Amino acid sequence: MPDNIDHESQITSRNSQLLTRNSLLALPLLFLLLFYFYPLGEIFRVSLTWDAGPAPDALLARLFGPATLRTLGFTAGQALLSTALTLLLGLPGAYVVARYDFPGKRLLNALTTVPFVLPTVVVAAAFTAVLGPRSPLNQMLMNAFDLAHPPLDLRYTLGAILLAHVFYNYTLVLRIVGGFWANLDPHLEQAARTLGASPWRAFVDVTLPLLMPALAAAALLVFIFCFTSFGVILILGGPRFATLEVAIYRQAIDMGNFPLAAGLSFVQILCTLALTVVYTRLQGRLARPLELRPRWITQRRPRTWGEIAFVLANVGLGAALLGLPLVTLAARSFDAGLRYYTALFENPRGSIFYVPPVAAVGNSVKFALGTMALALLLGVLTATALYRRKQGWMLDALFMLPLGTSAVTLGLGYLLAMARPPLALRGTPALIVFGHTLVALPFVVRNVMPALQSIRPSLREAAATLGAPPARVFAEVDLPIVWRALAVGAVFAFTVSMGEFGATSMIARPELPTIPIAIYRFLSQAGALNYGQALAMSTLLMAVCVVGFVAIESLRPPGSEW
Amino acid sequence: MKSRIVLIVVALLLLAGCAKATPEAATGEPRELRVMVYDSFSVSEDVIARFEAENNATVQFLKAGDAGKMLNQAILSRDNPQADVLYGVDNTFLSRALDADIFEPYKAKNLTAIPEALHLDDHYRVVPTDFGDVCLNYDKAYFDEHALTVPQSLADLTKPEYKGLLVVENPASSSPGLAFLIATIGVFGEDRYLDFWADLRANDVLVVDGWDTAYYNEFSGGAYSEGIRPLVVSYATSPAAEVYFSEGALTEPPTGAVTAPGTCFRQIEFAGILKGAENRDLAEAFIEFLLSDNFQADIPLQMWVFPANPNVTLPQVFTDFALEAAEPAEVPAAAIETNREQWIEAWAEVVLK
Repeated sequence: MPDNIDHESQITSRNSQLLTRNSLLALPLLFLLLFYFYPLGEIFRVSLTWDAGPAPDALLARLFGPATLRTLGFTAGQALLSTALTLLLGLPGAYVVARYDFPGKRLLNALTTVPFVLPTVVVAAAFTAVLGPRSPLNQMLMNAFDLAHPPLDLRYTLGAILLAHVFYNYTLVLRIVGGFWANLDPHLEQAARTLGASPWRAFVDVTLPLLMPALAAAALLVFIFCFTSFGVILILGGPRFATLEVAIYRQAIDMGNFPLAAGLSFVQILCTLALTVVYTRLQGRLARPLELRPRWITQRRPRTWGEIAFVLANVGLGAALLGLPLVTLAARSFDAGLRYYTALFENPRGSIFYVPPVAAVGNSVKFALGTMALALLLGVLTATALYRRKQGWMLDALFMLPLGTSAVTLGLGYLLAMARPPLALRGTPALIVFGHTLVALPFVVRNVMPALQSIRPSLREAAATLGAPPARVFAEVDLPIVWRALAVGAVFAFTVSMGEFGATSMIARPELPTIPIAIYRFLSQAGALNYGQALAMSTLLMAVCVVGFVAIESLRPPGSEW
Repeated sequence: MKSRIVLIVVALLLLAGCAKATPEAATGEPRELRVMVYDSFSVSEDVIARFEAENNATVQFLKAGDAGKMLNQAILSRDNPQADVLYGVDNTFLSRALDADIFEPYKAKNLTAIPEALHLDDHYRVVPTDFGDVCLNYDKAYFDEHALTVPQSLADLTKPEYKGLLVVENPASSSPGLAFLIATIGVFGEDRYLDFWADLRANDVLVVDGWDTAYYNEFSGGAYSEGIRPLVVSYATSPAAEVYFSEGALTEPPTGAVTAPGTCFRQIEFAGILKGAENRDLAEAFIEFLLSDNFQADIPLQMWVFPANPNVTLPQVFTDFALEAAEPAEVPAAAIETNREQWIEAWAEVVLK
């Protein structure tokens, strides 16, 4: 660390900085207290004193019985495999995003985030269309080899679960790692090459260690997502597979066994906590201050044939993995021409629950923008307060918890806690924004934190020495550098809110339906028109998101070249 | 320090601003009646508008997931009920609702029009509003092409000619799935239903999570079905829905429903006034309204089930294509409540492990 100011003044400035940082945390902590710990406490309190529940010893025996252990084993195992596979497939893509510039890159970038918002039922339909028994691929194979049965059927296997998890989470690796990598100075690796290191050696010894903070952040998010996976397991995995989240849902919703559901939720939260604590402790050690570079220095067009082939291969992989199901879905929504779209605007049966598409889009976008604004505010406050605090890792882990907490447990907690003063918010639109923000917040923090940690302290100190107050230092030094990370965080916050269904359906009022709610309504009845409208609404959801992503990413502070 | 206080004040102001102001209950102002319903509940705007005008009320519907999820939410929040009336608890979950004591008794005047067979609570805590039969549906084209006869009993399903043809829903997570499991218990009895399911498993039955996955992704018969299995557990009204939602493209359903004796389960749905309802008199008026011809006649095209009142006129598509089960399998509601969890677990042990 360059010590160009004397020791004593450094300590004083540290102390005053610490004070400011503590006060920054007040708002995020209050938010977490009111909208996480309070509802969670309520549901645990009510569940554990439930009159119709099993006796405590029977409950404990079941909670720590072989069934729970098996579920836990499967939950962790599939999450580990999914994370490894996502990283393996995502890393080369992240490299391409970070180092090369090519036509259509921004749109492709936006498209990779689309899976994130799609309801599982719709994704399952898309997968079935691409890989199912009636898919063109299977028909072709059947014709070519004269088979009586379709040879390829991944559905209801572990393979389907892994594939779906890669489909959903690929973008996390691409965005978080790619975004960070894009600002890494390529000269470091080039220097290693000049000194005789092989490309592999240079990557492993120079780039990989520098990438670690972003890589670990992405891996953690992917893992937690897969660890708490619900819809993918139920719909694509089928009833033979169950994660803890699925078990909690079954106990709470299908069986009405609230005490056991609460116990399982507690186990799930403990696992998440243990994992995030390990991660946040590591994070401080992984991060190192870097000379970050703007993109016009780090990126260029692919030049050699080899480079072009590499870029094309990765774009092709992304297209096959993410694009094919999405395009199939969109294409099918036009099966009857524009009929499924025009039908969205009609209410022939005069249903009171008819959702005009414009209203659904409007509601979704409003909730998403609200979530984005609140998550950015709280996320930046949290990350700024925590990134250099000694004991920050504990608090940091705390802010990750909502992501690893059973959505159904939290939803039921909201139901109880928000029913009466002091927080009589049940049925208000604000509650939806708060609920979504709880899940979106970790994305902002995880994106912004590595970027903040990578800023050389000397930059800030220089600005401070020149008389800039802390707010100015943040605006002039930190903000331009973390802007990319902030934009990525914003995209995810927006996305989390756009696609969220479970909690919304539990706390929303029917007069404010979102797009996913409209999709589920169509899918609950038989008939071509219902299915067609669900497809049309899904395509609309994708389109709104792509527009949203491109818009968010093109917003940057004037003069910023990052 | 100062900045921290400012932040807290700002936060409190934010929260205060977000809290919904309670409307002043001035005379003449319409009162709000809250009705908890499951996701696929639907009703015509003009039907509700009439109730609202006649009772000087606004009806606020609260969708709370599928029937099971809704009921468990209502039970969990019974100390602070979310609504005045709950609509849509069915006979597979009725006993749980009654045991949890979430309903207030009310003897509705319009109940006289409803057949005795649908009354399942002697204490008038709930009223039957509609019923629908969970039955096997089949892909007509497949059975024609393969010159196969449609199964006419549940036992038929274990025959070799139907191997690999059937898809069912998981009873642990799906309401028609549970209804079908109960039908097998009604037909084979508690001691033999598991043998039937073991045979069905040997005959390559496919179990999926929910009705939408079964019908749209696995079944081959619907206009938009992606699957290859020509037999699915669905509703006796699904063929009629296929015709209606084809918008004139189909004059005949592409699917059929098996309604032979002992193949279906009749789901009867109920509504009741929740304990702690804020507007008891309005809730009573709403229960009467649910049983009135006005609402009863609106049920078929909105929810694709039959109205409880047999005297209302059914829409054309119902009279043409919607079937009623001949003799649905019967299992007493109390037996269902006592054994549901155990039946499902034993079933999972045989079919999924």
